[in-house]
Order: sequence, then structure tokens, then C-alpha cells
Amino acid sequence: MLAFTEHRGLVLRLPWENIDTDQIIPARYLHRPRDAGYGDQLFHDLRFTPDGKLRVGFPLNDPTKAESSILVAGKNFGCGSSREHAVWALLDYGFRVAIAPDFGDIFFNNSLKNGLLAIRMDEQSIESLMQVEGDSTILSVDLPHQSITNRDGLSLSFEIDSYRKEALLKGESEVQMTFRLLDEIKEFEARHITENPWIETS
Amino acid sequence: MGKTLFDKIWESHVITERDDGTALLFIDRHLVHDATAQAFDQLKAEGKKVRRPDLTFGMADHYIATHHEPDRDPVHDNMVTTLAENARDQNIMSFGAGDERQGIVHVAGPELGLTLPGTLLVCGDSHTSTHGALGALAFGIGASEVAHVLATQTLWQKRPRSMHIRIDGELGPYVTAKDLILTIIGTIGANGGAGHVIEYSGKVIDELSIESRLTLCNMSIEAGARAGMIAPDETTFAYLNGKPFAPQGELFERAVSAWRELKSDADAQHDKEVTIEARAIAPTVTWGNSPETALPITGHIPALEEIELNKREQYNATIEYMGLEPGEKLTTLIVDRVFIGSCTNSRLEDLREAAKIAKLGKAKVPTFVVPGSQQVRRQAEQEGLHEIFLQAGFEWREPGCSMCVAMNGDSVPAGARCASTSNRNFAGRQGPGSRTHLMSPAMAAAAAITGHLTDVRELEGTKC
Repeated sequence: MLAFTEHRGLVLRLPWENIDTDQIIPARYLHRPRDAGYGDQLFHDLRFTPDGKLRVGFPLNDPTKAESSILVAGKNFGCGSSREHAVWALLDYGFRVAIAPDFGDIFFNNSLKNGLLAIRMDEQSIESLMQVEGDSTILSVDLPHQSITNRDGLSLSFEIDSYRKEALLKGESEVQMTFRLLDEIKEFEARHITENPWIETS
Repeated sequence: MGKTLFDKIWESHVITERDDGTALLFIDRHLVHDATAQAFDQLKAEGKKVRRPDLTFGMADHYIATHHEPDRDPVHDNMVTTLAENARDQNIMSFGAGDERQGIVHVAGPELGLTLPGTLLVCGDSHTSTHGALGALAFGIGASEVAHVLATQTLWQKRPRSMHIRIDGELGPYVTAKDLILTIIGTIGANGGAGHVIEYSGKVIDELSIESRLTLCNMSIEAGARAGMIAPDETTFAYLNGKPFAPQGELFERAVSAWRELKSDADAQHDKEVTIEARAIAPTVTWGNSPETALPITGHIPALEEIELNKREQYNATIEYMGLEPGEKLTTLIVDRVFIGSCTNSRLEDLREAAKIAKLGKAKVPTFVVPGSQQVRRQAEQEGLHEIFLQAGFEWREPGCSMCVAMNGDSVPAGARCASTSNRNFAGRQGPGSRTHLMSPAMAAAAAITGHLTDVRELEGTKC
């Protein structure tokens, strides 16, 4: 996965609640292989009208926001379908950070496994990020120090599990990390299946 | 202090734990489907094979055709074929097109006995919460996690909190598990269960069939919960007895005696407690683009004044998208399509309920009935349910996810209003511009024969 240490970028504010993964990327684009990229399909039906024109009023269609890379959203962002394509679409477009009061649980896990830093923050801090204007909307997100700052002295801290933090900093594959525990897994597995023999079907 | 049902299953699957509470869990069952292709690609990129093909099962459902279409998009069939190829390469048993065991993974899994009490089951689909109805811990995962389970048969997870929802009283006539779960989501909100596993209990749950329990647990994810669970009981054991992949004979008896221990201890503490009074529940429908917009069918579309100030912009957008008049009665909404199917409501019991209503009239709008599995289709046909649907002018189709997620070509046209037994009313979910109202099978059938949202209890022929 993509490693994450520090990121400086422009905020995009999406203050709605319950933005589901169908809105982040519609189901009809999910069959494409990962390397085809999903950036063009990000928020597709919110960004474009049925005849392919930009929808006026959608925040990402504001030309001054097109280069955004830090998303600030309302509660329950990424709820619904487990499609990891939602995270891939955000990353492929250029987003590296998503901040919300809370996220769909599966989306949250998917984000951190791909190097999109999903940050849960209290509503008051989110509100302060929703209010920033002009040059102040350029934020610096520092994972080692778990801080978010801007040039006007805004300074917020965020929480992240130590294991997830380390994985993001290293950008290492979780599969390879887990394989180092293979002996422990095999030992557990043998005992578990002896105690619950009905797990094996044949 | 005692342990909850969730505690017992979680703790019996922890291989090792990190300092921050993240656990490496052993996975007993891994179900994969035809929208999991990218996870197999990731597995190959990691240079790994499926570690336990015998605990991994494939099912074609998302992209599979539900009737013969000469002009079908080859991309859809290609996804079904890709699953079959991946399964063959990795030596996984997979139920694809033409297999008599094929169906929606959350319908066919339980009916084949792949879902067992006390097991930890995962699948790359959010509605995996369904399987908790049999006393399993079951939850949806993303593609990277699918690849990790394929490679290692394990998964790293942070321990969720537990929520207990007790349902008191009893359900009234034509009030079903669907109405109950929609009411729960309307009560606790679309993120009310976030970070939690929900255990359902109470007299109403004790009396529910397994099929209804599957419906209830299925939509736990729509309340934001990781999983829904119900302690296994005699109803569960009777359901599992004789299922093809369930243990047989003496081993089944041994399993049942272990499964009897799978319940929350009397002194167990949940992190959150909610009580729902079943008698107060009417047939329920949703009006907006989140399942939390659930209301009794006797209600009306909320007016602007009823909405909190900071939610009015989103409310206005929803009203426009859904083509609604603030304040109008729900029963005045004219429908253009009806869909009876999905992993929520496509089991035999659901089709029987819909058929009872279909007998009372003729479809006024195009109506799809999509059984959840080949087994459900065969049983329904043996009972003659398909004849009832066909006589009422409903379309009787082949099993698959179909118009719930609109990935196989079955979709609701832009601007059309659909009465649907599925689980999500998100904008564009049933096709770009589609307008979805969620409800039970009987309510959907009632909408089909009247052409508008209808209180099924008011139909001529259903009065009790």
C-alpha cells in the first residue's frame, strides 16, 4: 500500500451526512480492473448530469477546489456497500486524507489498508475545518505527530491505533506481515479444528 | 462478569492480540462472489495461493443474469466466468451459473449449511451480517481484507463494542421482520450501530423463523453495525439438521451440545441497550435516500419545518431527487416498478407472503420476482407460487442480486419510482436516477396490484 507520513493539501468540504459508497462510486463501474484507475468515476453521479455535464453546486466542481486532496465530510461517511473501489476512487483522484465525525466501519478499514488516512474527529473540530476560508484551507496533516495545522495557527490532534499508524508509515503489505506469524496461526488452527471438527466440511 | 454471545465467539477465534487491542482472528468460513475479482488479483500480486481452499466457497450472484437476454453486456458474464476461473485455479468449490446450489451468497450460504453457529464467517459484501441469524459472528470486509483472508485464513480486526436490542411484545398482522428492522434503523439511525455488533433478543425474536431472523440480521449494516446476531436455539438446530454442509449424525449431535452454550450469560453487560416495542410497529416504508428515513405507511413525507436547520439543504436535495411533495401522504405515491428479491427478502417465506397478495389482483406496473436461490426457486415452483405470480402479471426470474444493486443489467429507469424489498434506497442504487422505497414483500406486492404505496392491511381480502 501507499505509505503515509505527512501531507499538505487543499480541503474539500462535503458537509452532508450518510454519504454512502454508492455515491462515492456507482456500482456500474466496479468491474474494471484495479490498474484501470477509478479517479474519473469518483462521486460520478453527484459530479455529472446524465448527459455528462458538470453538475453546478457540487463542491468538487468548483474550479478552485478541483485539486483538493483532503476531504472533510459529515457523519457516517462511506456507509453502505463494502466496495473498496470507493477508497481507490478517492486515492486515484488525488485524495490522501478523509476526515469525518465517523465513518462506515468497512470503509474506514479499507482506507487505512490502502494509504488513505481516515481520521475520526469530534464534531467541534470538524466544524472548525468546515469554517476555514481562502489560503487557510491548505492543511498540513502530520501522521507521526498526529496533528493537523494551517498557516493561521489552527492546530488539531487526532487519534489513530498504534498498529495502523505503523503500517501506514511503513506502507508494508499486511499479508507479508501476517505470514511472519504463520507458526502461531497453524498451532491455533490445529487446536481450534480439533475442538470444533464440524468446521471442516469434507 | 458474564460474557455476551459476541464475546464468546470473538474470544474463541483470537490467535494473537496486539497492544492496541487489534486481534488476529481465525476465519472458519470465507465466502467469495463474482464481484471479488480484484481481491484474487491482489492475492496473485502478493505471490500467494488460497491457504484453506476447503474453508472457502464461491457463489455467483452480483453479475449473474436473471433471465435470458440476447443483448446482455458481455462484461457481466465475464465477471461470472472470472469467478469460476479463479475458483478452479485455487481449488475452491464454487456455485456458478447452472449449478442447482447457486443463489445469492447470503441466501444460499445458510440454506446449504455453510453457516454454522459459533463460527466466524466473512465475505466481501456488507450484507454478510445476515449469517448472524444462525448464531455465527459474520461481517463484511473489503477487497484487501478478502485477499488477506484468502492468503492466510485470518484477519486483523479491532474488537467492536456490543449493543443489545430487545424486542418486546408481538408483531401485528402483516408486520414482518422487514418492518421491524426498518423501524430499528429509523429509531437508532443509519450510524446508530457504528462500531458495534448487535445482538437481538426477546420474545419476538424467539418466535421468528430462521428466514425472518436472516432478514433482521441482514439489515444490521444499514444501522451502521458490523454484524447482527441471534443466539442459536431449537429453531436454529432444526433448521440446520440435514443441511448438505452441516455436520451429520453423531457429529451434528456433538455440535448441537456445544452450540447450546452460545448465548449471553445472564450477568453479561452490553455497551449499549435498546428496547423496541413490537406492538407499536406498522408496515414500514422509507421515503428518502437513507434507510433511516423509515416511517409507518400511515405517515407522510416530512415537511421542511420538521427538519433540523443544519439538515435542510440535504433534505431539499432528497425531496428533489425522490420527486416528492413535502407533507404528502405516503399512500399517495404512485409507483412505476416493483422489485421482490435481494438477500433481504427473497426466501421462500417472503415469496409466500408476496403470493398471498398477488392473488388479490393484477400488476399495474412491471414487477420482478427474483428468488434468492435455485433451491428457493424450485421450492416455490413446487408450491405453485410462480403460477400465482405469472397469473398476476408479475415476472418470475432466475436467482441473483438483480435489481437490488443493478450490476447485472436489471435496473430501474431514471426518474422511475420503485417499491422494493431490497435493503438500500441510496440515490442511484437501483440504476442512475432511480427512486427506491424499501418495504416488505407483502407491501411490495400490494403496491404492484394497486399502482401506489399501499397499507397492505387495508386491501380488500387482507382484513383480519
